[in-house]
Amino acid sequence: MSGAHGSTVSRIFIPGDSQIHRLSPETKLVAVVAAVIVMAVTPRHEVVAFALDAVGAWSVIALSGIGVRTYLKRLAVIIPFILFAVIVPFLSGGESVQVVGVSLSVDGLWATWNILVKAGLGATMSIALSATTPVAELLHGMTRLRVPRLLVAIIAFMLRYIDVLVEQLGRMRRSMVARGHDPRWLWQIKPIASSAGALFVRSYERGERVHQAMLARGYSGVMPVVNDRHASTREWLSVMAYPFMFAVVLVVVV
Amino acid sequence: MHAPDGFLQPSVALVTAILSIGVLALGLRHAGRELGDRQVPLAGVAAAFIFAAQMVNFPVAAGTTGHLLGGALAVVLLGPWVGMLVVSVVVIVQALLFADGGLTALGYNTLNMAIVTAFGGWAAFLLVRKVMPRTSGGVIGAGALAAGVSVVLSAAAFSIEWLFGASAPVAFDTVFGAMVGVHVLIGVGEAVLTGLVLSAVMASRPDLVIGANHLTSDELAVRSRVGMRPFLIGSVLAAVVVGVVISQFAASSPDGLERVAIDNGFAESATDHAFGSSLFSDYATAGVSNESLSLAVAGVAGIAVTLLVGGGVLSASRSVRRRQMV
Repeated sequence: MSGAHGSTVSRIFIPGDSQIHRLSPETKLVAVVAAVIVMAVTPRHEVVAFALDAVGAWSVIALSGIGVRTYLKRLAVIIPFILFAVIVPFLSGGESVQVVGVSLSVDGLWATWNILVKAGLGATMSIALSATTPVAELLHGMTRLRVPRLLVAIIAFMLRYIDVLVEQLGRMRRSMVARGHDPRWLWQIKPIASSAGALFVRSYERGERVHQAMLARGYSGVMPVVNDRHASTREWLSVMAYPFMFAVVLVVVV
Repeated sequence: MHAPDGFLQPSVALVTAILSIGVLALGLRHAGRELGDRQVPLAGVAAAFIFAAQMVNFPVAAGTTGHLLGGALAVVLLGPWVGMLVVSVVVIVQALLFADGGLTALGYNTLNMAIVTAFGGWAAFLLVRKVMPRTSGGVIGAGALAAGVSVVLSAAAFSIEWLFGASAPVAFDTVFGAMVGVHVLIGVGEAVLTGLVLSAVMASRPDLVIGANHLTSDELAVRSRVGMRPFLIGSVLAAVVVGVVISQFAASSPDGLERVAIDNGFAESATDHAFGSSLFSDYATAGVSNESLSLAVAGVAGIAVTLLVGGGVLSASRSVRRRQMV
């Protein structure tokens, strides 16, 4: 399972004024999910379809203006699965080919390609979505798509407090290091674990304080929605053109 | 284990997505009863805590580090439904905002990392808690063991999904052996970390730990100290025993049987089993020499996962009802 996350919440959204930035969040969310589903069901042997999908996905990244470096840095989350994909041809059975004297399974190589291309394209679409949509907008988009309000509210709270807790953790760690803490072995982990326990207690108490503060300001269980702008039919049509294009590619090529 | 898009076949993605959405909907209803109107801020901040806790690197040995997964910890601290909801939210946010895990893989990622770990962990916790002494040490020990079990259950659940929807011609045996084997080791780490974090919380605010709700204040006061080294040595020993048992079960016996099959010349016919191509993914059974045995392994693992997770769901629903009556 993945380790440290490169960026925390406040740095996910990259401010900009591109065409992609200006789309309404709910249309983007639906379009991205639809596009990823189309890619996921595309048979692995259709190389042409994947090439066209990649052109589509990369043109979204290019239009959004988030920059190649940022894009590649975020794409790095799929590396553990690239490692898995690369060992598959060695593990697999069936018909094999000789590559530089090493026998590799043909089906295994197709499987590697399948994992790489789908993971890569899927992550590209997710990155395009999260880098061009402010978190709050994305949550409003989810509410408009009828995702249960309770779930959206929990996610909203989580996102608001991740950075607070990560910073608190950093402060706890710095003060431990300042007192000579430098763990290298498994049996030295107790102080770190204790600080994680302390973080839980502090987080819980923070949650209670925040809740009381919200009650004092008239909170009744759900957050009020400000700026409830629904996407127009025209916007829906223009955004859904993307996944539709991918679907057309799938139908035409296969 | 945040699987990307296309890692399992679309059919498995669809089935697990429907299952996960159903359980999440149930969870939202139950969590409301467990927490009342405090649920939103508390569950949100707890999810942020799990997310932050996953970023804490623990030294394992000479430069390598590991981190907490937190499924069982969340359940012991917050109760089964809220814990499940909190970990699901973490998995969803990681996919949506960090591209960590595919959007079409959310069904099985949520099922494996949140639902199976939460309810499997809760059932294991309740079972172990029964045989432990009624002290805070007993709760910590039960929580630690449940954490280790939950990680192995999660790996077993993934292997079983692989049997139905493999995307690569890697045999079920190989995946099961590797996944469960590696996760037994990860489980030891998870058990140690969960135990330590729990004991830190129990030391200052035992009232926050739902898993210790049944103890009176006198029982909470009894704190038996377990040394770090005996604890570590004990858990590593336990893991080795489990690992050996599993590898005997999953790896060695098919090898032995394979020999017999080849000697008798029916290895060819064994691969083309009647239901090998219908219900189960062709890929997962491709290189398997003795299909009925690996199906037996899958069956036993599947029953174990289902019993524990189902038991967890049942006892979780029951405990909510009891609390409502009080």
